[in-house]
Amino acid sequence: MNPFSVHRGIVAPLRRTNVDTDQIIPAVYLKRVTRTGFEDGLFSAWRANEADFVLNKPEYTRSSILVADNDFGTGSSREHAVWALMDYGFRVVIAPRFGDIFRNNALKTGLLVIEAPIDEVENLWHHAESCPDQSVEVDLLSNEIRYGDKVTAFDIDAYARWRLLEGLDDIALTERHNERIAEFEKSRPERLPSLS
Amino acid sequence: MAGTLAEKVWGSHVVRRADGEPDLLFIDLHLVHEVTSPQAFDGLRAAGRQVRRPALTLATEDHNVPTLDIDKPIADLVSRTQIDTLRRNCAEFGIRLHAMGDAEQGIVHVIGPQLGLTQPGMTIVCGDSHTSTHGAFGALAFGIGTSEVEHVLATQTLTTVRPKTMAVTIDGQLPDGVSAKDMILALITQIGTGGGQGYVIEYRGPAIQALSMEGRMTVCNMSIEAGARAGMIAPDETTFAFLQGRPNAPVGAAWDEAVDYWRTLRSDEDAIFDAEVHLDAGALSPFVTWGTNPGQGAPLSATVPDPKDFFDPGDRISAEKALAYMNLIPGMPLRDVAVDTVFVGSCTNGRIEDLRIAADLLRGRKVAPSVRMLVVPGSMRVKVAAEEEGLDQIFLDAGAEWRSAGCSMCLGMNPDQLAPGERSASTSNRNFEGRQGKGGRTHLVSPAVAAATAVTGHLASPADLGARS
Repeated sequence: MNPFSVHRGIVAPLRRTNVDTDQIIPAVYLKRVTRTGFEDGLFSAWRANEADFVLNKPEYTRSSILVADNDFGTGSSREHAVWALMDYGFRVVIAPRFGDIFRNNALKTGLLVIEAPIDEVENLWHHAESCPDQSVEVDLLSNEIRYGDKVTAFDIDAYARWRLLEGLDDIALTERHNERIAEFEKSRPERLPSLS
Repeated sequence: MAGTLAEKVWGSHVVRRADGEPDLLFIDLHLVHEVTSPQAFDGLRAAGRQVRRPALTLATEDHNVPTLDIDKPIADLVSRTQIDTLRRNCAEFGIRLHAMGDAEQGIVHVIGPQLGLTQPGMTIVCGDSHTSTHGAFGALAFGIGTSEVEHVLATQTLTTVRPKTMAVTIDGQLPDGVSAKDMILALITQIGTGGGQGYVIEYRGPAIQALSMEGRMTVCNMSIEAGARAGMIAPDETTFAFLQGRPNAPVGAAWDEAVDYWRTLRSDEDAIFDAEVHLDAGALSPFVTWGTNPGQGAPLSATVPDPKDFFDPGDRISAEKALAYMNLIPGMPLRDVAVDTVFVGSCTNGRIEDLRIAADLLRGRKVAPSVRMLVVPGSMRVKVAAEEEGLDQIFLDAGAEWRSAGCSMCLGMNPDQLAPGERSASTSNRNFEGRQGKGGRTHLVSPAVAAATAVTGHLASPADLGARS
């Protein structure tokens, strides 16, 4: 994955709770066997049916930081949700709470997800709605979000942060421990199921 | 030190632990299907990697497959390409595949237990969030994304942060006509779709112990709908009886050795959970959802809630949006909600016991003329078993459609979909907007409520038919 250090972009304020991954990208787009080109599926039902949906407003069509309400990315494990957000141009998602699998997928793919308290989310919504053209800076080197005259710190798991900053491939990291895996395999009871 | 069931299974699979890093966990069984795997196999090829343990990997076709005319090529070319891609990948990397038409084909979470591959104390993953189903056997089982699918294919391990533990204790006894599905829907409404976030749930207590393996799978299946990646139940005699004699279960001395080990898989008396929740099974009644997430539910005897009654502003807005989408009016009795479609099936309620419950209620009755009822067995084995018992004939005589196995209308990736504006009572697991077809409206229900609803044409319980259960 590509390393992430500092990103500056426009915030899209998504005032919704429980944005499940079926809304982020409906199942019909999941039939593809490629890993890119999912931007057309992003929020496709809301973009098609709701004229006032945030990404239908000209000031937010080029946004790259999504700020949503509680429980963003719940439901299905589809990593296509992360790919669709990234293919559209999003680099950061901020919400008070995320679905576990979505957060994992994002951090493994290079989409920065930040858990921020609802007060901070409200501040970002207010900023994005009152001055949509003024960008926000998300700095993973200093763990800070900066906009206007505000600077707020955010927390992120130290290991996930290191991987994002370095842009590291998880599989290559694990392969450094192949000997340990082989040792573990030798200790497994023979009765465990095997489909040989 | 005293430990919980989840901690014991986790601890016995740690390959490597280091300060400040997630654990490296060995995976005993990796289940694969056509939707979340193609990009992972592409990744392996691009990096010149192999599948480390093909014998610990099993693939099936379930999400995309049609449930009619399964002997013909798939009409949808995009679906057909995805299925063909899985077949090529499995052939290239040496993975066993139960393809459409195979006697063992079915929904990935139905065939694992059915084949005896799902056993207590194992770690099981799949690129599907309902992998939590397998926790019913005391396995630690959870859904992963495609990047992780590739990681498991390449290394048979997963780098993952140890979750917190939550005990959900369900006391008392379920009343007649109330099932495992009602239990889990009530729990999700109580703790919310984020209530289990970051936790592995262990379900315990007399009402859980009294459940069959099918019922336990229904409960664990929907753990993800409460935000928990995994749900678990300590294995007991019910578990062992289900497993004995299955194709991949141990035999002879290995069986005895396995059972001795499985009996140790329970939380210690003095184990400490990070959170505890209690529920009284005796107070439950048939439960349905009214909204667009699985936490928006209520007893069938209740009325559609008024968003004004929600204290949290986020919940209030969410309820308003949900009612607008569902076209429901606050104060309307849920029993008055008329449906167009009834779906019985999915990894939540597509097993033989579920079909028996629905068939018992339909025996000698007719599906209402305004209703289309689809019965989709979770696997081809379930289909055969149901036909041996004559359940197919009961469904057909009542006016329902009897189909072949797959995920079907649970997520509408195949032709089984709701039309815009159509409303279903569905035994599946998600009532998200558009989940069962663009513009479709879903009420999650138990198999018993689904069958009663099919007969009356509006949301109904078995009691409404004058039936005992």
